[in-house]
Amino acid sequence: MLPLISHWLTQLIIGAGLLLICVYALQKIYQYVHQQLGIQKSLVTRINRALPQTQCGQCGHPGCLPYARAISLGEASNKCPPGGLETILELAELLNEPVRGLDPAHGQFRDFSVAVIREDECIGCTKCIQACPVDAILGGPKLMHTVIESECTGCDLCVEPCPVDCIDMANHIAPSLSQTTPLYFATHNSLGVST
Amino acid sequence: MSALKQFAAKYFGEDPVFARRTFGGIQPPTFKEHSLRSRIMSSPIPPQLTIPIGPGNSGEISLLVGIGERVLKYQKLAVMTFYAEGRSEVPVHAPTSGVIISIEDSVVADHSQQQQRCITLASDGHDEAKKIEGQPDYVRLGSAGIVSKIRDAGIIGMGGAGFPTADKLAGCGDAGPEFLIINAAECEPYITADEALLRERADSVVMGAKILKQASAARRCIFAIEDTKPDAIAALQQALKEQLSIAAFCELVLIPSKYPAGSERQLIQCVTGIEVTTGLHPTENGVLMHNVGTAYAVYEAIVNGKPCISRFTTLCGQALKTPKNFEVLIGTATDYLFELCGIEPTNKQKSILGGSLMGNELTSDKAVICKTTNCLIAASANEIPASAPEKACIRCGFCADACPSRLLPQQLLAFSRTSDTTQLLEHGLFDCIDCGACDYVCPSHIPLVSTFKESKTLIENHEQSLLRSDYWQHRFQFRQYRIKKEKDQVLSRKKEVPEQPVQIAEQAPNTQNNEADIISKEQASRDIAAAVARVKARRDEKNK
Ligand code: SF4
Ligand code: SF4
Ligand code: SF4
Ligand code: SF4
Repeated sequence: MLPLISHWLTQLIIGAGLLLICVYALQKIYQYVHQQLGIQKSLVTRINRALPQTQCGQCGHPGCLPYARAISLGEASNKCPPGGLETILELAELLNEPVRGLDPAHGQFRDFSVAVIREDECIGCTKCIQACPVDAILGGPKLMHTVIESECTGCDLCVEPCPVDCIDMANHIAPSLSQTTPLYFATHNSLGVST
Repeated sequence: MSALKQFAAKYFGEDPVFARRTFGGIQPPTFKEHSLRSRIMSSPIPPQLTIPIGPGNSGEISLLVGIGERVLKYQKLAVMTFYAEGRSEVPVHAPTSGVIISIEDSVVADHSQQQQRCITLASDGHDEAKKIEGQPDYVRLGSAGIVSKIRDAGIIGMGGAGFPTADKLAGCGDAGPEFLIINAAECEPYITADEALLRERADSVVMGAKILKQASAARRCIFAIEDTKPDAIAALQQALKEQLSIAAFCELVLIPSKYPAGSERQLIQCVTGIEVTTGLHPTENGVLMHNVGTAYAVYEAIVNGKPCISRFTTLCGQALKTPKNFEVLIGTATDYLFELCGIEPTNKQKSILGGSLMGNELTSDKAVICKTTNCLIAASANEIPASAPEKACIRCGFCADACPSRLLPQQLLAFSRTSDTTQLLEHGLFDCIDCGACDYVCPSHIPLVSTFKESKTLIENHEQSLLRSDYWQHRFQFRQYRIKKEKDQVLSRKKEVPEQPVQIAEQAPNTQNNEADIISKEQASRDIAAAVARVKARRDEKNK
């Protein structure tokens, strides 16, 4: 009787052990495949996420996403001044490249600042609205314009077109979103942009 | 002490639910006896009070008085509206009668010691009060009534966090929390404000707790106090016994005396066994905690109708001849208080705000007492440990034993030095409560806490900037979508085709999937390119 039981027990234990090993191996394979697919699919997205999304065009592309695509196709990754050193380091790590300093042809590092319109000088030409990449300027033809501070990316694009030179870039501590933009989560999720 | 414990057990019943288990912690010398030698003293009315309203950049301030106006004691001066976590309002009141002489920024003795907008009041010495009305029969007010009165009295957490009490109560929902804990555990060295308050006015505090229980609809109310404070415990027991007409309204729990037992999460864990989830308010785990100072302020506001115009503050340190506890008017300058205690300026090495472990150096002598200032230390040279040079970590593990949050400070240190965010989060950096226990025990004198604080700020900033860039990206894409939509509308009008409804769902941009789609929006690209050209041209001009 006793040998019989121990025989059964041994089989049971070996069986359970094999099962565990199989499960573990499957899990690892799944993780690996998942990871590989993830990297493949989202290289552009991952580069894009390292860019500051200021949309200023200083890199020579009409926005951050086009530049991210260009980087993924081999363009140098050191052309984004608003991103600062952080973006350069992050991209170098992501792309497994040596760190290179910012390409001076594309500008210099600068503190974050937002555009401020001197409102009594504004003639209401709407030119700045057309230049603003993120619709941060409010106004209408022949009416006073103003910059919505919490929306401004500090891209500088509205300063040049203004015929009366009434837009300044004012140094400013970047606003924290949860406080300044109550609309944030409402709009954010409705268009499928995930955090 | 065990006799006291038995006494407590006999009268209030041992409860098997209570864990009473603590983790880590240290037992530094407390130096509490000096300031407990005398009774609480009501500070005299200073010639000038600078009443802080709140930091101007974190909300809206609406002033109810103007410069030159004469105000009466208890009169409402201004209301600060915060938007940080939902809307909350905190009014400030005049601590005495007098004339408003200016409204400007000045340094306030709270954690950050930042400039806050303040109202300066020159007192006229008459202390003429506005008529106020209390409601001793608070049950008639109902829960909402109590909460609105508390809000109107401008009461915020007196323990130090400074969260508006009314919002904390309202945040519990209708069902109410399981536990209301009145935190009488004042574990940091030097601070004795709560202990002194309990010794002398325990019945008011107990009454305040009763009102808080009524307002929050909590099922159990627990006083938690360290077992090394016999006077305060006895006073509390006496008060509880007198109030026992309302059956089993309150329980008393003695906890082991060590630092940081009075920290919110640690105390909850010790008393109820509940581990508060990281990033959640304790109310979301069914525990509401208030400080005894807050309970007293609530008592004053409801029963006597007095708004929050004073608080209890400990003044101590070897540079003071007579250290003691004050009931001090909000807005009193710290140097005025130091002088009342007979400060010896030659003896003073530095002033510390808060306790000796979590406190910071007081940067300005003119800083004013606000609703969260619990302790001021005028420390002499031999009270301040000489800062020893930092040495390498010897991996002794003392810090891990001392950490009340059961973290591994030595690991966190290594990850902080390499900015390894993933590992820092994995190892629970945000469960660190900045208590400094690890610093205290480290034989290599490594500044662990300040390193962790820096890491936390860095990670938080990075997260904020990611959120922000996501939002900007979304706005950029939306603009391109809008421009395309407008162009389509113009085109369709030209062709005199009846306008078609725009199919938002299909055309809405989506970052994850149709990157190509966005690129092909040529009009937008051309707009931006034109703008870029302009900027470039200008830059070239400048360079020339
Ligand atoms: S330079 Fe401007 S447009 Fe280009 S990636 Fe940086 S922020 Fe975006
Ligand atoms: S470009 Fe200048 S003048 Fe024209 S609307 Fe904008 S701010 Fe006003
Ligand atoms: S106490 Fe100091 S020396 Fe010891 S393990 Fe911790 S950090 Fe290292
Ligand atoms: S400061 Fe943080 S890591 Fe150090 S003992 Fe306290 S909770 Fe633990």
